[in-house]
Formats: sequence, structure tokens, C-alpha cells
Amino acid sequence: MSTVLMGVIVAVFGVAAILTLIRIIRGPSILDRAVASDVLLTEVMCVLGAEMAINGHTRNIPVLLIIAAVGVFGSISVARYVARRDNTTS
Amino acid sequence: MNVFGLVIPDAAIDIAVLVLILLGAVLCLSAAVGLLHFRDVPSRLHAATKPQVLGVMLICLAIALAQRSVGGFLLGLALVAPIVLMQFATAPLSAHIVGRQAYRNGTSEERRLVVDELAESKQTPPAAG
Repeated sequence: MSTVLMGVIVAVFGVAAILTLIRIIRGPSILDRAVASDVLLTEVMCVLGAEMAINGHTRNIPVLLIIAAVGVFGSISVARYVARRDNTTS
Repeated sequence: MNVFGLVIPDAAIDIAVLVLILLGAVLCLSAAVGLLHFRDVPSRLHAATKPQVLGVMLICLAIALAQRSVGGFLLGLALVAPIVLMQFATAPLSAHIVGRQAYRNGTSEERRLVVDELAESKQTPPAAG
């Protein structure tokens, strides 16, 4: 039971990361890429937390805290310095 | 785990932890599918902010539950509470700034808007980001 659940969890996280990477590569404007990389960062947080919960330790909590604190500055600085009207096709 | 005399076996706790993690993973997957499916930046933001709060909350609950004792659960809750509070504080911040910039960029599809309350403030001052 738990082996099956763990396999499903790994598969779902992997598919989610791949789909987010596709949006990062294809995304027409830089804001799409900023949003998608935010999602990818959240997925990294979720994977770190899932590893902690599955293996039953709490060593990654400082990493999670730092990512939650400073991860926001990436998309904020991208959105702040993006060109006022960049050319978006499609 | 012994909750007020009610003994919960460790196997049930393990299954509960894995189910919570699976729910968080499904939220991440839904955000990724939404990123691919929606067509403009505000709709993609709508999909992207789901796992940033609820997914992280579920994973943090799983971390606390994986300690397998009542004291460990409470200690785990105290450890993960700053992470969830930080996400609560910062997720709307980045979503707000990205959405505002997307509107000023013309990236949002303005034909499909029902109400456009920012229409008269289209001319942004130069220093307004």
C-alpha cells in the first residue's frame, strides 16, 4: 500500500515538474516564465517537505523556511524591471 | 500514537501522511496543468497560487503528523508554522505585482474582461514600477 502510494507521489511530482518546465521554456512573455518558475520553486518546497515526512526527520525545515522567505523576490524583481510593453506573439 | 486513550497504529499514520503528501502533489500537478491550459498571465496566476498556500499547508501537516506521537506532532506544528505563515505573507505579494505588471503590459486579454476597474489609470507614472 505505502509502496504504491509512494510511487504515485513520485510520478505526480515528476509530471508536474515536467509540465511546469514546458511552460518555462515555451511561455510567450517573461511574466509567464516568472509565474511558472514560482510554481517550480513551490514544487521544490513540496518535494523537500515530502522527503522529510516520508523519512521521518526534520532536517530540511530551515531550507523550507529560507525558500519561503526569499523565493518571492525572484518574481517581484522580474515583474518590476520587465519592459513596459514587451512583444508577445500568440 | 495515543490520543486521549485512543491508540492509533503507526501503519495508519503512515498511510495518512502519504495521503496528505499525495494531495499536495496533486495540487502541484493541477497548477502545472493550469499553467499549460490557460491563455493569459492572470489566469495562469490563478492556477499557480493554489499549491503555494494549500499544497504547502498539506505537506507541512504531513511533516508534523510523521513524528508519530502527540508531543512530536505539536512540536512539528510549531516548527512548520513559520513556513506556512511566510507563504501566507509572500504568495499574495508576488501574485499582486506580477498581475499588475501583466495588466500594464497588455498581456491580459482585455476583450474578455467583464469589469475593467483599472481602465482610467492606464497611464502609469514613470516611477511606479
